[in-house]
Amino acid sequence: MDRIPILKIGETLLVTIQVDFHDRVALALLEDLSEKIVNFSSKGLLIDISALEMVDSFMGRILGNIAKTSRLLDCHCVLVGMQPAIAITITELGITLSGIHTALTAEDGLALLNKLVNAKKNGKPSAKKQEAKWR
Amino acid sequence: MAPVLLVTQDLRTEDDLVHMRAAVKMHASDLGFSSLNQTKIMTAASELGRNTIEHGLGGLVIIEHLREPERNGIRLTFKDEGPGIHDHALALSDGYTSKKGLGLGLSGSKRLMDEFDLISPPGTVITVVKWM
Repeated sequence: MDRIPILKIGETLLVTIQVDFHDRVALALLEDLSEKIVNFSSKGLLIDISALEMVDSFMGRILGNIAKTSRLLDCHCVLVGMQPAIAITITELGITLSGIHTALTAEDGLALLNKLVNAKKNGKPSAKKQEAKWR
Repeated sequence: MAPVLLVTQDLRTEDDLVHMRAAVKMHASDLGFSSLNQTKIMTAASELGRNTIEHGLGGLVIIEHLREPERNGIRLTFKDEGPGIHDHALALSDGYTSKKGLGLGLSGSKRLMDEFDLISPPGTVITVVKWM
């Protein structure tokens, strides 16, 4: 079965959804991600959907579940790159994706993750040091 | 003018659903729909196609080009021989769900398209139209 690759960069996991996928692949992604978040103690998850042509209620539910599940596993999730047409369409469809952090670009998404993760780490490495570590 | 049949496709497996989305996108784009409307049509088709597969126990979709003197449109017809929808008002209300999803399938696709027609039972025939 096809699986969506998950990249590990420091404390962050990166997923790029490139093509239209089966429902099964979406469900497998949720499982794979949960496993990797726990195995690597990942603190941030960046999901890039800039190449997606549509999000229907099933995919919306999966994306929402990924965000909620990762939060339960002490990992922040940011969704980046949503096409304007998809934003308009899913709003009309009635999907709210409430509680999901979003950013327009992967770069902005990483910066947001940094902020979210470091806000919790009071007294631990500052945002600057964290960024340096990634480079 | 009579509608032009663009394609008829079986809807039984997840593969069919992915192919159907690609076909809808291609035809909507060929007919000249804006990218926003292509996304809306594709999303509605995905919702309705999934219903056909999951609740209708499989069926088919017919994609047609509607030609009128003043306007062009696309018509998608989803047909299945499944148990059918007995309470139309309930099925069309937001939040009603029988299985997976958010319960936005029917009500949501109705909002995304310009026309929506439901005939059921026996079986289910759902026709949606988007005008350019």
